[in-house]
Amino acid sequence: MRVAPYVFILPFILSFLIFYLYPILSTFVMSFQQVYPGQVEFIGWTNYGKLNNPEFKVALQNSARYTVYTIALLIPIPLLLAVLLNIGNRKLNSLYRSILYVPSLVSIVVAGTIMRLLLASSSKSIVNTIAAVFGAEPRQWLLGGPTQAMLLLLILALWRWVGVNIIYFLSGLQNIPEELYEAADIDGASGLQKLWRITIPLLKRTTIFVTTISIFGGFAMFEESFILWAGKPSPNNVGLTIVGHLYNKGFQEGEMGMASAIGIVLLIIVFTLSVSLLKIFSFFAEEGKR
Amino acid sequence: MNRKPHTQAKTIAKHVLLIALCLIYLVPLYSLALASFRPGRDLLRYGITLQTLIPTDLNLENFKGLFNIRDGIYFTWYGNSLFIMLIQTMLALFFSSFVAYGLSVYRFKGRKFVTTLVIFLMLVPMQILILPLYKLMITVKLMDHFLGVFLPMIVSPFAIFFFKQYIEGLPHDLIDAGRVDGLNEYSIFFRIIVPIMPPAFSAMAIFMSMQSWNNFLWPLIVLRSGNKFTLPIGLNTLLTPYGNNYDLLIMGSLAATLPIIVVFIFFQRYFIAGLTSGGVKG
Repeated sequence: MRVAPYVFILPFILSFLIFYLYPILSTFVMSFQQVYPGQVEFIGWTNYGKLNNPEFKVALQNSARYTVYTIALLIPIPLLLAVLLNIGNRKLNSLYRSILYVPSLVSIVVAGTIMRLLLASSSKSIVNTIAAVFGAEPRQWLLGGPTQAMLLLLILALWRWVGVNIIYFLSGLQNIPEELYEAADIDGASGLQKLWRITIPLLKRTTIFVTTISIFGGFAMFEESFILWAGKPSPNNVGLTIVGHLYNKGFQEGEMGMASAIGIVLLIIVFTLSVSLLKIFSFFAEEGKR
Repeated sequence: MNRKPHTQAKTIAKHVLLIALCLIYLVPLYSLALASFRPGRDLLRYGITLQTLIPTDLNLENFKGLFNIRDGIYFTWYGNSLFIMLIQTMLALFFSSFVAYGLSVYRFKGRKFVTTLVIFLMLVPMQILILPLYKLMITVKLMDHFLGVFLPMIVSPFAIFFFKQYIEGLPHDLIDAGRVDGLNEYSIFFRIIVPIMPPAFSAMAIFMSMQSWNNFLWPLIVLRSGNKFTLPIGLNTLLTPYGNNYDLLIMGSLAATLPIIVVFIFFQRYFIAGLTSGGVKG
């Protein structure tokens, strides 16, 4: 009886030590090393110093922008859609919800390929045809400037993740007691007032949760960019992200030490942002009470 | 006050909006489905056009073509993905529910610390671990080995968190009754708790298998030889070394996506109910 709890949590402890603690510590150590095949050399803060380069700055900027924009889009839109899907005909609502969820089931390789085909540079491609209606010349969408690249990444993100966030918000909505709305109705509140005064404040926990996973997902983004530009570097690094930079340094150029430094910076960013967010809104306090 | 026409107009507006949105969301998949039954030449030259959205000139050549890529290696990839998905999902369900039970039922020293750790690990990007994990895989000689692909994934902090929420919602009398009947702690888990967890297991099974099936970055790093590739990695190679086989790539993508969508359609009620019950509480 006294040993039992520890037996139960043993698999977690083992996996934590082998697949989390060891890698994190070894990344930390490696970030102070120059790693040659067969030998290593401690070089102090040099790897972190090397981060002061234009490529890393672009990567950092791109990742930060992508994160901010995805939060700006992927919270209000799914929230409002969830509110719409929470009222009216149940069967129709669940049909809409399922259709909007389906894109998240598709592998990134497949999603990226479809997107490349939709955006093909020929004047006949669907996006260029639509653009022509608005009087725009056909163009190579994927080879445009940074604004355009970001736009494409955001469209891909919207297509893939709106449905997932709708589900989180719907689960939050189901926990709001119906009486609150009935009381508001008696007081003659308008739909907008109910949304602003009841729904949004009571979805606080869900919103924090979704924001946290968006920060995490935003800064960890890499595969989208990798696939959209077919595994090659994007023109002028418009799609370069922190993880992309880490991947290039570590796996393409064999600069393990510098890649580790990038990893540590990424870990610090994601952790600081999400932990402070959770702390500010005392997410943990409620978790511990149970 | 005449409120009815007003609300009716609102309802119509809502459905118009949602139908339009759903159509936009379906276009990419619909065009993938049609494109996969057509020769790739035009697709490569023009991309997806308005004409390709009309279902004409469809044939099964591309599907047949899948059998010809290097003696049917596509189906080897398919098998690899299935194998890894099954093993990884079963182990992840077992270990994560096992740990979750320990965390939610007992009050022991260090419980709070471990619980917090689980939540923290949900916030560690896998991407920063790939470098040292890659070195670890070299050291323990698991490179280019299926074990190397799924071993790091079988204790999922997210699944532990999910199962913990679920088990905490179960009546504790069951556990006491088990003890009165003289069952030991492990038998209580296996013979009383596991049998009442199918809803939670199925929701997580769908979630975990989708993750495994679509996983890209980690298998890309671990797997080296062509016949060990999983589907996404294999599909990705179809793009370059063999001269942009778009037709085969598209057919291969459709064949890779279909099972997941079918599973989702069949189990979606379970899946979504599971996610909403165990996920975040409002």
